[in-house]
Amino acid sequence: MKLLAATGMLGSGFQEASIVRGVDKGAAMIGCDSGTTDFGPHPLATGRSQFSRAAVRRDLDVILVQARRARIPVIIGSAGGSGGDSNLAWLVDIVRDIAAERDLHFRMAEIRAEQSKETMHRLHSEGRVRPLAPMGPLTDEAIDSSLHMVAMMGTEPLQSALEQGADVVLAGRASDAAIFAALPLLNGFEPALCWHAGKILECGAAAVAVRTAPDSMMAELHDSAVDIEPLRPDYRCTPQSVASHTLYENADPFNLPEPSGVLDTLHTRYEAVSDRAVRITGSVFRPATEYTNKLEGARSVGYSTIIPGAIRDPLIIGQLDAWLEVLDENISARLRQTVGESVKYTIATRVYGRDGVMGGLEPIPRVEGHEVMILWDVISDSQELSHSIAASLSHMAVHNPIPEWHGLISGVAFPFAPSEIDRGPVYEFHLNHLIAPESPTSLFPIEMTSV
Amino acid sequence: MRKTLAETAKLIRSKNAGPFWLTFDVMFDDADIYRSVRDQDVLNVDRVAGLFGQDPAVVRVFAHDSAFAVKVSFPRPVSSGSALDTDVFGGQQYAPLMDLTVELGNPSHAK
Repeated sequence: MKLLAATGMLGSGFQEASIVRGVDKGAAMIGCDSGTTDFGPHPLATGRSQFSRAAVRRDLDVILVQARRARIPVIIGSAGGSGGDSNLAWLVDIVRDIAAERDLHFRMAEIRAEQSKETMHRLHSEGRVRPLAPMGPLTDEAIDSSLHMVAMMGTEPLQSALEQGADVVLAGRASDAAIFAALPLLNGFEPALCWHAGKILECGAAAVAVRTAPDSMMAELHDSAVDIEPLRPDYRCTPQSVASHTLYENADPFNLPEPSGVLDTLHTRYEAVSDRAVRITGSVFRPATEYTNKLEGARSVGYSTIIPGAIRDPLIIGQLDAWLEVLDENISARLRQTVGESVKYTIATRVYGRDGVMGGLEPIPRVEGHEVMILWDVISDSQELSHSIAASLSHMAVHNPIPEWHGLISGVAFPFAPSEIDRGPVYEFHLNHLIAPESPTSLFPIEMTSV
Repeated sequence: MRKTLAETAKLIRSKNAGPFWLTFDVMFDDADIYRSVRDQDVLNVDRVAGLFGQDPAVVRVFAHDSAFAVKVSFPRPVSSGSALDTDVFGGQQYAPLMDLTVELGNPSHAK
């Protein structure tokens, strides 16, 4: 059985010829992951995709046309950037739009992965939720403060949709590898091979030796091996490039957790079967004693106003830490007078040229150059308040004194006027837990429609 | 002869492993250099923890023989994209690893 991954993320692009080639080689399905947490919490928090409608539509158009040509199923997971209900609805709308324009007709499954607060309170009270490191136990407050919560489905809801006759499966948050493992597992292929194939395919052509642009990838499952081969003629996989892929974005390269178990790659062998294809053998899939769906969630942390400002004076740079401390004391005192004692706000101060990139991880947290940039970020419960705090902050910063100069100084170079930039609402991921569901499909309702 | 990882690795990178973990890959083209780095324990838990100011108990190190790579992972100080984060992708956290050194060649013949 041959599995075709369109690309690593829907909307990131691929050559149309690669999909055509994969289908002509006999692909049994086309899959594509549509989500990632790479960009931060806002796609989940806002329900909006990072990639544009035009970018996603182009990729889906090629996938749908080629899949319908060959009458093979399409599975898209983690719809619309993060797999929440509004992300999924956005993707469904694009699919309907393409189907209407291309006069395509098929059975479509929509699988929702968003979890309501009621559901999560019930699961929590039943003791079905436990934290993943480094997170603490789930709280009612964490549930109530969520904007959106999604559970990550395994293969079972996808398989249920296929068994109900779906030609196009649009899934909310799903395990990336499950998109590709679902069909071969349904056909009785060895689980370790299905999951390892899925782990490679979920990133499209990322496992090739030199990837110049995102593209497609194909896996062929045999009885006791899986072969990985790129579809662009100028791409090639090597044993090292395919082996290396278990490193990418995984904390532990040898134990890759999935809802139904763990893919163990410690003794996996990778060997070249041609100058561009690699054979994988020896992976082990260890079924979990308890089935789990990972829980993700995002919540608001307020509204942000930022101020970029730079310093060139070596006398100020030479005592920067003390200068920032004085500024901090002065702004705190000033805000007690203006907005009051009880108002909550955060000022994050990032000093580029010292430890702006690495923060607390920086082993050399001192200035070694002749200029620094400071990026102040004020976060509070309203945009108006953050903006007014930022306005006070920038004014106090520019005139913040040092002992060496006598008289009023202007110690900060602001590159922009106005110096304060309102950034709107900002969010954070606040859930990283496992749910032990009633069944592998219980959290993921499926709706079948004819398009 | 002692060389830095920056001089000997084909790629040193960092990246999020989900929004709550950071992971670092030090990858080599040359199997012998990889084995030297692995066998000399260049990227050991205590050294990495010291470099990044982390508790050694949370730092994990893996030697990946098929990929000729050593991997390091530990939890992010704050989650990706949250108010105090400085690197949403976690992509620019690897620089301190570049200066670690490895002894290459047969040490008994070294001058």
